[in-house]
Order: sequence, then structure tokens, then C-alpha cells
Amino acid sequence: MKFTWFNLMPWPHLPADFRQKHKSVWVDIDSRLYDPVKGHDVYNDYMDMLEYADALGFDGIGVNEHHQNAYGLMPSPNIIAAAISRRALNAAIVVLGNSLGLYNPPTRVAEEFAMLDVITGGRLVAGFPVGSSMDINYCYGDIPALSRERYQEAHDLIKRAWSDPKPFAWNGRYTKLRYVNTWPKPIQNPPPIHVPGGGSVETYDFCLDNTYSYSYLSFSGYIRAKALLQGYWDRLTERNEPDESPYRAGFAQTICVADTDAEAEKLYKDHVSYFFNRCLHVAPGFADAPGYRTIKTIKAGALSQFSPNLGEAAHMPWKQLVDEGYVIAGSPDTVRERMEDLIKGLNVGNIFCLMHVGDMPMDKTKYSSQLFAEKVMPGLRNMWPDYADDSRFWPTPLEKRATPGPISDRKPTNEGA
Amino acid sequence: METESMKLRTFKAPRADIHLIEGGSGPDLFFLHGAGGITADNPFLNALAEKYHVYAPLLPGYGESEECENIRTMLDFTLHCHDVMMALDLDKPIVVGHSMGGMIASEIASVIPNDVDKLCLISSAGLWLDEHPIPDVFAAMPYELPELMFHDPVAGGAMMTAGADFSDPVFLQSFLVQNARQLGMAGKILFPIPERGLSERLYRLNAKTLLIWGESDKLIGQPYAEAFNKAIPGSELITIPEAGHMVMVEQTAAVVNAIGKLG
Repeated sequence: MKFTWFNLMPWPHLPADFRQKHKSVWVDIDSRLYDPVKGHDVYNDYMDMLEYADALGFDGIGVNEHHQNAYGLMPSPNIIAAAISRRALNAAIVVLGNSLGLYNPPTRVAEEFAMLDVITGGRLVAGFPVGSSMDINYCYGDIPALSRERYQEAHDLIKRAWSDPKPFAWNGRYTKLRYVNTWPKPIQNPPPIHVPGGGSVETYDFCLDNTYSYSYLSFSGYIRAKALLQGYWDRLTERNEPDESPYRAGFAQTICVADTDAEAEKLYKDHVSYFFNRCLHVAPGFADAPGYRTIKTIKAGALSQFSPNLGEAAHMPWKQLVDEGYVIAGSPDTVRERMEDLIKGLNVGNIFCLMHVGDMPMDKTKYSSQLFAEKVMPGLRNMWPDYADDSRFWPTPLEKRATPGPISDRKPTNEGA
Repeated sequence: METESMKLRTFKAPRADIHLIEGGSGPDLFFLHGAGGITADNPFLNALAEKYHVYAPLLPGYGESEECENIRTMLDFTLHCHDVMMALDLDKPIVVGHSMGGMIASEIASVIPNDVDKLCLISSAGLWLDEHPIPDVFAAMPYELPELMFHDPVAGGAMMTAGADFSDPVFLQSFLVQNARQLGMAGKILFPIPERGLSERLYRLNAKTLLIWGESDKLIGQPYAEAFNKAIPGSELITIPEAGHMVMVEQTAAVVNAIGKLG
């Protein structure tokens, strides 16, 4: 099993009546709710948490890309990935990922991912999402019906930019470059690639065609994810793929660990409520620009993860959120048991652990993460012994890696500025 | 009104097989529909058919017209619609376009000016004024549309939602599929800003041009009527009271009469 400690980086200062008074947490959110001075602490706390997760022994630490979004403060996940990579020395740096079609030219992704891979000594997991409709269509203006074609072209260009040893010309529909000659090249060439998807049939095939890991980053928990991931596994069977390695898939799950089930409720209930009530308050009009999903996918019944049914979670009591799997919470024993159900039920080898939830403060986040790392993770380590050697979807770092060198013991100051 | 006079038939255009609504007698009139599409039982088309021979092609993705991945840009839309005109062997028909259809009609008349000598733009898209941003129909929920589209949103809304039951999953899925096909296609020239440089090409247009606008158009408001009127030399603007963006639905007879001015 590979456990990635994943942080969405929510803004923790949304008002209690946010859901009632504001239209959407995403796209056209009132920018006056953001305070850059508070933001300074927020970013630094969140980076501390990611680095702490590395120290706890999580296999990966994960970041992702969102725009104009108060539950995801990383328009550029690569900046956070670079910043944490100097103190987090062992975990894979899981950037899940860069929305390929948004980068102009897309060779920018080839360059920045190569930089990250080289800086970290080959610890990068490269995420290649199409991107959510809110991000790519409404915030970045990408034309919905053309998003997939643009993405596909960007993908082909990036892969070739990594692999072709000679400068080449690229005459694409969306990108025309006379000299593609990416410097630097990644250590892992290519790095393991994970593709976050939301049930698009085309994405299942794309992952299987290219041996990429399919990640389902749902917020509604493992019980409701069963049908979607089963669609992926069914497709794999239909295509007679040579193996059904669980590392071909990943799943994001909100997890809260305490000493007892009762303590978990007491400690985390309000933060979970903050997440489902305030963070996931997305105006339904922004959920799915017409043309973003293909006809084939709509006919297959896949709706946006922000379709109205997610709104139900905002009003669910704690017990229901836990019973229905939105949140896996409780004592280490309870959590381990539920995690086993998740892992076996979905047949997944990669878990993106959403351990920081909503406006959870540092002390609780550390407490829950530490209990998970020390009392839950060890019992789950070897759930897929048949695939223990499957290295296709996880980094193979250099044995000998550089560490930050000494400089001085100076503290930040404005003196002399 | 003889609805049986309008026939839906398939038609082969170079880039896509499309469906075409045709009927009526009189001078040829080539009608380009808006982003919401159009059907053969449309009262406005049928009213036009009493005075004109109407040709109303459905854009790829609309109705039964097959989708066409190779139509991506404004030029593709323009050439595709001109292809249809040519394939129908129409010699200088009256070209009428509503909303998105007006945008395409303006482009045809600007890019190939010698093929269009009578043009009617109804509540046309194609321009953008920073001081008067056009509401984003792509992010609008179905229940928000009547307010944007009609002078009388209650009556208009009732017309739009006749037979719709969003709580029925089968209906919902077919609605989403239709929406994805139609607005997905429309988005290629209307998303995220419904402007593709038309204002820089309008100088080429030399058709006699009639502009028809609903007085209470809340989607593409009066300033756009004035901007088109200013940009097209010799154009005439007719403003129709008690009508919104769907002016030809709310004031059918007045719009048909106004088109009569083109001769």
C-alpha cells in the first residue's frame, strides 16, 4: 500500500453563514473573504503539516491545483511542492497534478515537473488531470467542448518533450513550436503518472492505454465510490489487460483518527462540518460546463462530483457521515477496519489520505496523522502481497540524495531592507 | 398557420450531415437559429413560411444533426453555414439569424460579402461591450433562463419547460445530453465570452441590414443593438416593445412584418 498525506489547503476563515450568504466557494467567491496576512500563516502551517507527514513516514505527500477556490489554495501546486521538498526528504512528492491544457505552452509542465523530479532526486509522482470544469472552463476560459482535444495534444507534447533526445518541431492544433528542447529532463523518465478522473469513460481507457494510475478524488467517501471504480475495473477486464494491480488505481478519503470513536466525534465533528458545509458549497451552475463531459460519459450516468447530491452531506449528522463512509473516523481499530473495507472493496493500492479537514488546527491534524501513521498504517501495509513488486506507479528515487546544506542560523528580519 | 408545410429532412453538407427544416413559398430565406436550437413546429418559422421559402439548417449537435468535431472556430462555423447555402443552391437568399445565428449570419455577410445582399439580425450576438457584459448562460441553471430570455418570464418559462420533469432521471439524462450537444457546440464560439473578432470584419459587409431587437432584452441588451447599428453602414434598427431576447417568440407577427421591410 502507498499512503499519501494529501492537503487540499482550504481557507480556514470562511464565516459560519457562508452557505447562506454566498453563492459559491469557487469561481466567483467574494475575494474580500481572503486576507493575505492571515494567508501567510495558513500557507506556512499547511506546509509544516505536509513536512510533518513526511517525518511520520507517509509514503507520499500530496498537493493539487485549483483556481479561484476557497477550499483549494494552490493555483500552483508546483510552488508548494518545491517549497516542501527541501525539508520533506523521504516521501514521494505527489503533485496531483497540473491541468495540462491550461499551460501555454504545455512544455511548461514538462519543464516544471522535470525540475521537481531533479530537485527531489526522483521522488516525483506526476499528476496529469484534465482539470475540473470550474477550474479549466469557468476560471481559465478553456472552451468546454475542446478541452479534451487540447489536453490530449498537451499530453503527447509533454511526453515527447521528456523522451525525445533531440530538439523537434511541434505543429499542433493548439500549440506550434519550432524548437522543443526541454531542459532539464527528469531523473525518472517518465515519472510515474497518475490521472485524477471523475468517471469519464475516456479517462479509463487513457489510463489503461498508457499504464497510468487512475485516481478518483471523491469527497463522498468509499461506499459511494464503488460503482465508479468498478466501472474502471470492468473496463480493464473487458480489455483483457494483463493484470489488475491495485496500484492501477487510487482513492481519496477523509480520515480522522482519535483514541476512541467518541473522542473522534468530539475532536473532529466541527471541522468535518466546516468542510462539507462551507468548503463544498459550489454553485451548481459551475459544476459542469456544457460540452465538458462527453456524450458517452453522460450516457454512462456519470455526473459531476458537485451534482446536487453532494449538498446532502452538508446537513448530515456525524453518525450518518461516518456510517455512509463520507468520513472514516474513530479509534485506530475502527479506522483500520474501515480502511480494509475501502482497500478491498475498491481494489486500490494508492490512498490519498485527507487528514486535514476544513478548518482543522495544527494540533488536531498532527494528532490524527500520528495515530494513523503509527497505529493504522502498519496493519494495512501488506494488503496486496501479490503486487508488492509493482513499481510502475510509484517513484524510484536515487539512492544517494542531496540534503539542504547549512547556511546560517539567521531569523527573518526587515532590518537593512 | 400550416405547420405541415415545414418539413425536416437530412442534408449532406461537406463537413457534416445535418438536418434541415424547409417549407413555405415566396423568396428564399435562410434562417440560422440561436444557441437554444429550433424545431420544425416553431411558430415563427411557420409564420415566415407563409411569405417565404424558408431554409433553417440545424447546426451540428442540434436536434438530429450529427455532431462535428471538425467545426471548432468561428471560421469553421461561418464556412459550414455558407457551405449549406451553396449546397442548397441558394442565390442571395434573405439571411436571417437570431442571437448566435445572428453572429454567424454577420460573419457570412462580412467574410463573403458578395453572397449576401439582404441581412436581418435578431437580438444578435457577436459583439462585446465591457460596460455591458452579457450574462453567462453557460453557468445559468435552467430555472434562471426565462428571466434572461423573455419580457414575460412566467409565460416564457411555461413555454420552455412544457413537458419537462427534472425529477425524472430519464428526462434529466436526455436533457443533459441535449445540453451537452447543443451548448457544447455553441460554446465553441460563445464561451467564455461570446465574441470572436466580428467587429473588426463588419466593415466588409455590404448587405442591406435590418436589426430587430426586443425592447426588454436582458441577455443582449439595447446597447448591443446600437453598437451593431453604428458598425453597419446604412443599417436600420427596429425595436419591438413587450419583447425580450426571444423577440420572435413573444412578438412573432411584429418580427415577420419587420423582416418584410427587406423586400
